[in-house]
Amino acid sequence: MADKLHVSLVTPEKELFAGDVDQVIAPGSEGEFGVLAGHAPLMTTLTEGTVTILNGDQKRMFQVIGGFADVNAEGITILAERAEEYVETVH
Amino acid sequence: MASLKDMRNQIGSVKATQKITKAMQMVAAAKLKRAQDAAENARPYAKRMASVIANLAKGVSGDAAPLLLAGTGSTQKHLVVVATADRGLAGGFNSAIARAARDHIRALLAEGKTVRVITVGRKGRDQLKRLFGELFVESFELGKALDLTTVQPIAEAIFKEFDEGRADVVTLFYSQFKSVISQVPAAKQLIPAQIEASAEDTSGGAVYSYEPSEEEILETLLPRNLTVQILSSLLENNAGFYASQMSAMDNATRNAGEMINALNLQYNRKRQAQITTELIEIIAGAEAL
Repeated sequence: MADKLHVSLVTPEKELFAGDVDQVIAPGSEGEFGVLAGHAPLMTTLTEGTVTILNGDQKRMFQVIGGFADVNAEGITILAERAEEYVETVH
Repeated sequence: MASLKDMRNQIGSVKATQKITKAMQMVAAAKLKRAQDAAENARPYAKRMASVIANLAKGVSGDAAPLLLAGTGSTQKHLVVVATADRGLAGGFNSAIARAARDHIRALLAEGKTVRVITVGRKGRDQLKRLFGELFVESFELGKALDLTTVQPIAEAIFKEFDEGRADVVTLFYSQFKSVISQVPAAKQLIPAQIEASAEDTSGGAVYSYEPSEEEILETLLPRNLTVQILSSLLENNAGFYASQMSAMDNATRNAGEMINALNLQYNRKRQAQITTELIEIIAGAEAL
């Protein structure tokens, strides 16, 4: 588990995602950023965009509108005003 | 003396009432489950928000701190937000909140403070209007769905009062949902924001980097925190309301049952007495022949 990053994505209505993953990419207000395990503490506001959660070969994407990301020793917490998971479309 | 027919009608009407209270109890029980889930789902967000703010607040102090956090430095003007339910028939639920708010407002007025009131929920408005009608700023009704869009106008009204200097301290009255059988009216201070002392330090000693600056983040985060606090209180209120209504209706159903039994006993006694009287009359008539 040493190299995993704990992520929780919560909205006022409910907790959308919680678990240990490899990487999280979030749309910061000053630019999109990726977070790996052991990232330096960071706090930033988010703009409207996509949060991508990568774990092994799995990939989950969430549309978020406004919010905050708090990265600390325990992992990353994304507080989104509104968020919804993209539903994969079959090609 | 009520005739037998009157008594039959009375029993019928109590039975009809019992059916209604029974149905209301079951509806409240079903809604309670959903309201409880909603309140629980909202908890992680509010909790994390509190710890994020606690972390931030440590770094920002003195003059740089936003007013929402530090307050205006005065406690002269109070804004009291009273959150109750829209509907009644829930035992003492709404009255308990209104009473707590009333005592608080009276105490503040006695100290010579200025008080203004915002009510959320129809019942609180009705109960407090008589006493403090002239202090009212605005009244909100809850409507059906409880989410951020319901809370937004309430938060905006609070900010307007605060920004325009008509409030120094904002307190929210609501009902804490302890369990299905216990809801306690509680007060929560919204402005100046209260920092949870218990919130742990999760920075691990390392220095945080902020994008944009600490102050800017705090400035956007604090209003959002207030909105979320109100929302979580309202959700808790909602769960408490249905719990309270459920037990009130349970009591009412039981009381109606007892009443039906007592009336049935009385009715049967009376019917027997009437039959006995008729028999005596017939026998007496036959003997007279």
